[in-house]
Amino acid sequence: MKRFIGFIKKEFYHIFRDKRSLFILFGMPIAQILLFGFAITNEINNVDIAILDHSKDVTTKEIIHKISASNYFSIHQFLEKESDIESVFKKGKVKAVLNFEKDFSKNLIKENHSTIQVITDATDPNTANTISNYVNAILQSYLKEQNKNSTMAYQIRPQTRMVYNPELKSVYMFVPGVMTIILMLVSAMMTSISITREKELGTMEILLVSPLKPFQVIIGKVFPYIFLSIINAIVIIVLSIFIFKMPVQGSLFLLGIESVIFIITSLALGILISTISATQQTAMMISLMGLMLPVILLSGFIFPVSSMPVPLQVISNVIPAKWFIIIVKGIMLKGVGLQFLWKETLILLGMTVFFIGLSIKKYKIRLE
Amino acid sequence: MMQNNNVIHVKELTKKFGDFTAVDAITFDVKKGEIFGFLGANGAGKTTAIKMLIGISNPTSGEADVAGFNVFTNTEDVKKNIGYMSQKFALYDDLSVKENITFFGGIYGLSRKRIKEKSNALIEELGLEKIANHLVGSLPLGWKQKIAFSVALLHDPKIVFLDEPTGGVDPITRRQFWEMIYKASHEGTTIFVTTHYMDEAEYCDRVSIMVNGKIEALDTPKRLKEQFNAKSMNDVFLKLARG
Repeated sequence: MKRFIGFIKKEFYHIFRDKRSLFILFGMPIAQILLFGFAITNEINNVDIAILDHSKDVTTKEIIHKISASNYFSIHQFLEKESDIESVFKKGKVKAVLNFEKDFSKNLIKENHSTIQVITDATDPNTANTISNYVNAILQSYLKEQNKNSTMAYQIRPQTRMVYNPELKSVYMFVPGVMTIILMLVSAMMTSISITREKELGTMEILLVSPLKPFQVIIGKVFPYIFLSIINAIVIIVLSIFIFKMPVQGSLFLLGIESVIFIITSLALGILISTISATQQTAMMISLMGLMLPVILLSGFIFPVSSMPVPLQVISNVIPAKWFIIIVKGIMLKGVGLQFLWKETLILLGMTVFFIGLSIKKYKIRLE
Repeated sequence: MMQNNNVIHVKELTKKFGDFTAVDAITFDVKKGEIFGFLGANGAGKTTAIKMLIGISNPTSGEADVAGFNVFTNTEDVKKNIGYMSQKFALYDDLSVKENITFFGGIYGLSRKRIKEKSNALIEELGLEKIANHLVGSLPLGWKQKIAFSVALLHDPKIVFLDEPTGGVDPITRRQFWEMIYKASHEGTTIFVTTHYMDEAEYCDRVSIMVNGKIEALDTPKRLKEQFNAKSMNDVFLKLARG
């Protein structure tokens, strides 16, 4: 035990004396969470639009007023003729043009329908999609107000309600993902680098010649990172609660336990990486390419797994991060407990055991 | 009775990597308190042989006893009784001299009190008072090597393995380093040293020369020179290595 404490003390000296690893450990999580929280967002706010109104009657005025009154859009300019549409898009500031047909009001009363053309700049498909949805929603609500008195014979009125994230805040989606990335990065990359560093410097040999057993060396190397990863998890959760007002509907305790399981999975991966790489550079590249990319692309962090091609969906199942993100979202947003998350938890535990077993086996082979 | 004086006993030790035989049935003994020079060209199999003797590599066949324990069945006992300093530098650059001593003393299970005594004695002996709290990375290579050697002796091992300990060090420091080796040997520690400086080979009590995985010569430097009719160990080495 005394040997172990001495070992861990030495490991902390390494970490705290290396500015680079300190930055990765504590600077990056905070920077990432703030970046994802503030800068990267799917919401639209004060999008500039242009109006081409061929009627200029009461109805169109009311609709235009309603649109400009919302926070989502601000009217950048009024166009005069169709040919202006192309040129205004080319300038790039305006993201959508609303084109009201001639005799809008008259058509609406006489023929029971009239047309607005919603033209969006789809160079950014997500934004274009969101804009056209928002415009539709505003028009629907306008129609509803107008039809309050008159009743139609048949009509279907969908009442949509977004649950768990009613305001569709993208930070709710990013926090679980960022938390996953950071825990993975700190645990897997940092441990693999710190183990290969000893190999590269030749000190690993000295440690293996000492009476310390190989598994003691490895546990001594990873223990500080378990501790630091837990601190990171706490920092991320506190930041998301206090800065982004993210709710934690479920049990904080369960969230903690699940995080520790995921941290251990990542550490096992880190050890595995260190057994197959001879230099710190290799370890870092394998961690970034082999762990970060799949986490970002295939875990459902940014792109929903259900809309991926089937082969990718199958692959996504072997990515521990996918299951951890489901668990974190479940606990934080839905407030569900273990009775709904036991399957994901078991999968994660299974993976942890598998990776630990594999890295122990690999590690032994390396020593022969 | 001679047997009891042998702290290293190696018989027919062999290591194969696939078709390639790195160490080919080597047999030798090392006596207590001896400075044993383990020579050979690069790639002759020295490092592989040492790795088997210190228990971090398994042999393909053969036997080896170190400090009275079988290396492959009682590895833990062997490890407690040996010190090791590798050709790559063996201390942590980002730890101070004192922290390095404390750490290595700690992993060999020395008590806190013992570590303190040892570390004070070592600092005094090497005249390190002024730099004891400096990071090792800031010290010149010669200093590092001397400290690394002292650290390898911290737990009073019966045998210390030195794998090219003086690589890249200036002649004066090499001289001082060898004085430290003599002193340790005088106090009863067996020294097992590899080097490719042939002048250093002259300092050894006995020398073995490895060529292509086999030990081609083993004797005192004096008798080797007579046997090969050579003026210096350098000539002996060249004659052997050229075949």
